Amino acid sequence: MTDPDTDRELRVSKIRNGTVIDHLAAGQALNVLALLGIDGSGGESVSVGMNVPSDKLAKKDIVKVEDRELSQSEVDVLSVISPEATINIVREYDVIEKKRIDRPEFVDDVLSCPNRNCITNAEEPIRTRFNVLDDGLRCDYCGEIVRESEVASHLDVA
Amino acid sequence: MRQDHLISATQLSRADIEAVLDRAAEIDADPSAWQGSHDGTILGLCFFEPSTRTRMSFDTAMKRLGGRTIDMGSVESSSVKKGETLADTVRVLEGYADALVLRHPSEGSAKMATEFVDVPLVNAGDGAGQHPTQTLLDLYTMRQNVGLDDVTVGIMGDLKYGRTVHSLASALTNFDTRQHFISPESLRLPRSVRYDLHESGAQVREHTGLDEVLGELDILYVTRIQRERFPDENEYLKVAGEYQISADDLAAAKDSLTVMHPLPRVDEIAPDVDDTDHAKYFQQAHNGVPVRMALLDMLLSEEGGQ
Repeated sequence: MTDPDTDRELRVSKIRNGTVIDHLAAGQALNVLALLGIDGSGGESVSVGMNVPSDKLAKKDIVKVEDRELSQSEVDVLSVISPEATINIVREYDVIEKKRIDRPEFVDDVLSCPNRNCITNAEEPIRTRFNVLDDGLRCDYCGEIVRESEVASHLDVA
Repeated sequence: MRQDHLISATQLSRADIEAVLDRAAEIDADPSAWQGSHDGTILGLCFFEPSTRTRMSFDTAMKRLGGRTIDMGSVESSSVKKGETLADTVRVLEGYADALVLRHPSEGSAKMATEFVDVPLVNAGDGAGQHPTQTLLDLYTMRQNVGLDDVTVGIMGDLKYGRTVHSLASALTNFDTRQHFISPESLRLPRSVRYDLHESGAQVREHTGLDEVLGELDILYVTRIQRERFPDENEYLKVAGEYQISADDLAAAKDSLTVMHPLPRVDEIAPDVDDTDHAKYFQQAHNGVPVRMALLDMLLSEEGGQ
């Protein structure tokens, strides 16, 4: 019996080795690529599915990246922009590890504070740090709150 | 209070606050007993923004305890003008002083500074963030006049950018208070402060006019609405006029209403209020010295102020 979900994933090509970030909230795929610093110029093989029908979410996005593993801070931000996401590690076309991501206590150095008057936006030798709340993030320095839906627009990535 | 620094009113428990206010009351009762209790101590005053009351009351407080102060002076005459970071400035100054008092225009500056120094550091205002020592003297004044439990407090004016408001609202959640916030729509409390109030379970209501709530208040805390917060002069004049009070306006208030203001005022409290029994803002300003003496004594004492 064919798993219908697997069927749907076939809409984007399978990868041999790398990471599949699945069950992303619809609309977040491009933010995830931005977070990973992937714009195609590095030559990575990347597959993106957007607004794919899903049993778990009404619609989901999915990102597949060859030969790439996520750093802890990347996973941390992923957990905030899309808490339902799962990360599948693929080797030789098989999913060898499927993990849900845990929300961390802090997210360091990947977001800029939206408060322009925050000291982290001045020329000071510090990294940004956000406390993770139930439904967003909070700057550890100025206390500014960033809602989950606003996080993607403050990604401090190239 | 076993803390090395005072950065935000949100870090203060009821016990912390009462310990400072009790110490301030002891100092008030017999100021001479504290003269010389911190002989030889040097307090560094680092003000990156203008200040009269806060700077001078810290200066007086340290000297009344027997210590001395060194003052960075104005930003224009300091190395900051040459582009030095705040992190470097405080790292240098901690070598000159036993404790630092910092005022800076950026939110989060005091918190950041504590990451670079080992001496106690007191936030004397960080942008539109926090001003916790003002809150301690505000609470001391409230306690002297109406107490801190079972009281209804109205906070009026610029609630969005007013750091004294942010600190006070947070600290009041430690007590049995009902808080009313009165402001124009555009100057409502910022999201971060509302979040903290909600999390603490505080009893909070918001209003756009003082008359909606004046008769219920035990304390009315007035703050200044600044011209630069509005895009044009007419809009400012229209709005600011609605948040000014005179003695006549207070006819509808309780006789026992205490009116406070962190000062400086411009025209938000008319001079005729000064002659009423409601006016406590000069008493409030005077309280800056014993309260800051108490705080410095506790931060500088080896036992951590217990």
